[in-house]
Amino acid sequence: MALKGLDIFKLTPKKNCKECGSPTCMAFSMKVASGALPIEKCPYMSADALATLSEATAPLMKTIEVGAGDCAHKLGGETVLFRHEKTLVNRNLFAVTLDSDMDDAAVDAKLEAIKKVDYERIGEREYVEFLFLNYAGNGADAYVALVKKAAEAQRALVLNCADADVAKAALDICKAGKPILNGANKDNLEAMNAAATGAGVTLGVCGADMNEIYDNIKALEGKGNKNLVIDCTGADAKQTFANAVMVRRGNLKDQDRSLGYPSIVNLARIAAGDLHMQTALAAAFTLRYGSIIVMENMTYAEALALYGLRQNIFTDPQKPMKVEPGIYALNGADENSVCSLTVDFALTYFLVSGEYERSKCPVNLLITDASGMSVLTAWAAGKFSAGTIKKFFDEADIENKIKSRTLIIPGKVAVMKGEIEAKLPGWNVVVGPMEAVQLVKFIKDFSA
Amino acid sequence: MAFTPKKQAFNARINAVTLGTGDKSIVIGGENVLPFYTFDAPIENKPKIAIEISDKGLAGIVSPGLLKFYEGCETVVDMAKKAETMEGASAICLHFESADPNGDNTSVADCVAVAKAVAEAVSMPIIVMGCKNIEKDAELFSAISEALQGKNILVLSSREENYKTVGASAGLAYNQKVGAESAVDINLAKQLNVLLSQLGVPAQSVCMNVGSSAAGYGFEYLSSTLDRVKAAALAQSDAQLQMPIVTPISPETWGVKESMSPEEESPEWGPLDERGIEMEVCTASACLVGGSNLVIMKHPAAVATIAKFIDSLM
Repeated sequence: MALKGLDIFKLTPKKNCKECGSPTCMAFSMKVASGALPIEKCPYMSADALATLSEATAPLMKTIEVGAGDCAHKLGGETVLFRHEKTLVNRNLFAVTLDSDMDDAAVDAKLEAIKKVDYERIGEREYVEFLFLNYAGNGADAYVALVKKAAEAQRALVLNCADADVAKAALDICKAGKPILNGANKDNLEAMNAAATGAGVTLGVCGADMNEIYDNIKALEGKGNKNLVIDCTGADAKQTFANAVMVRRGNLKDQDRSLGYPSIVNLARIAAGDLHMQTALAAAFTLRYGSIIVMENMTYAEALALYGLRQNIFTDPQKPMKVEPGIYALNGADENSVCSLTVDFALTYFLVSGEYERSKCPVNLLITDASGMSVLTAWAAGKFSAGTIKKFFDEADIENKIKSRTLIIPGKVAVMKGEIEAKLPGWNVVVGPMEAVQLVKFIKDFSA
Repeated sequence: MAFTPKKQAFNARINAVTLGTGDKSIVIGGENVLPFYTFDAPIENKPKIAIEISDKGLAGIVSPGLLKFYEGCETVVDMAKKAETMEGASAICLHFESADPNGDNTSVADCVAVAKAVAEAVSMPIIVMGCKNIEKDAELFSAISEALQGKNILVLSSREENYKTVGASAGLAYNQKVGAESAVDINLAKQLNVLLSQLGVPAQSVCMNVGSSAAGYGFEYLSSTLDRVKAAALAQSDAQLQMPIVTPISPETWGVKESMSPEEESPEWGPLDERGIEMEVCTASACLVGGSNLVIMKHPAAVATIAKFIDSLM
């Protein structure tokens, strides 16, 4: 059970030494109770107190770290079921399958296709983070060969292999990359546990249904292994969805720590061959508790939709998404094209740039730093004023980079027209429409 | 040690609302669990898909798949008939894009004529979507509601600015279903429902459109609004938020860069149709999991996929 701040306070030395970084012992206790700080931050806790507390105050859901170097990722660590309750912490990651019975050319082609989808979207790298290596039962040599090849692809690995001996052979060559070994079930539990703990890697727990999965987790925890992920994949989409929800809800709402591990959902198994269906399911599991979503492929078309969705869902509600301030030349705009000014709030940028692109009229979209606030909010907070605009024009050297002297400002801040004209002599300031949807008509009329 | 999950069926329910008449009428809502949580309690009415057709016909459509599907259709009526045959379709959504005073400015009388012709040709329930111009929409919805009396249509949407006109005509005078549209804010959604009920529109005649956006385009606001509305409706039994949710998908997803940028401009992105389908599928799925009881879509491949998706989770 979660402890209250006061319960923890009773166990602290109550001397307000500030060594934990908090101003008082009470403040520290409250933070520990909310899961914001680990109890070990206090150097004066007695061993007894620590033992009782660390169990009770440990986060309900573990954060599991997998992969190494550039391919290191964090999974899990969530504290709420819905993003509006606080925030979601670690975004779900995507894996693409490779099978040990594919021929070399097919493996190479797939690796090449995976490499191609790798781009940046509002400050985040979007790519396939994991390779999911299926063992097809055709011998350790074939599997080890596949693992070797995959290990060179600069992606984290999931070894999906329920044969402990083959898994051991594969781990021997890739354990430094901290892969996940997936496939522990009721029949191979001992051997798989030994293989995973021996190599120091995370173990994925499977089962025919939730009862079996739960038993397997309990058995592994009994052996002291808490470096786990739960493969929630069931016989079909319905069972998989139910498993994923029951695991996360059982953990965060009903406080069962044995369910506090990240999940794997294998869409390549429950929707084999149907790429559109895999997209539909991947979107569903992005919202409802998939930690690693396994797909057969990740085409650019799928990526654009799914990574956009993921980026939205995993934004911190307390921190707005921002784009880089600067000049964005749209529709082949050059130094003589009109300028249109707006704020760096990502949604504003997307709507405004989208509408301008639809208009096909060349426009230099100027994005100014407004701390990621929308136009009116930024204006009200003083982050979008004639002064900040002047500063932006100076810093970005607009006067020299652009010859046009026409500047369109958002209709919502029409009141700023005079002040901007005063700060930017020589510029013709034009008040644009109130809403982004009216931009196409506005710019077409304006350019005509 | 067996795993015994705690079930989470609620005492409150989403209102069940019927659209259309006769054999093809549909019921949306009615569940007392979160979307697709059939393991908590059975869900009687699965979410439905309505097919969006513009009154502009095929003009402006760039998707090759869509053009192929409607091949040979000369009028909006032809398209509506064809749309009824789409795998996964349960309703027809007539989108009066051309009514926009800033666009073609088609007259209300002409729009009504189209609506009437379509209503006579199809048997599925009809949803009428406006042109987003508040005054024109109010006029349009009143006229169409009158012309299609007895068809039990849904008008999308009444907004805070025109709920009196739309609510009084569609909801009260002509006994149709009223969509209440608000912009991704649970408080605004509730307020509009309260206003409509004060006007006398029965709760069973109201569906909510709590906002729409494409995946990647501020979808977090929509997603959290859906989550919060369902939580308030079910966990807190808030009767003013228990209306089923209707979400337009295709009008948003086919207007973003990913679905519109021609192949020449970004060859690495691949075929345009594929991108449009994936955007539509991804957004629709995310809305359904969030709590939409009916989604409005248009591409046959996306509709077929989402229909299969719904069936596979029910």
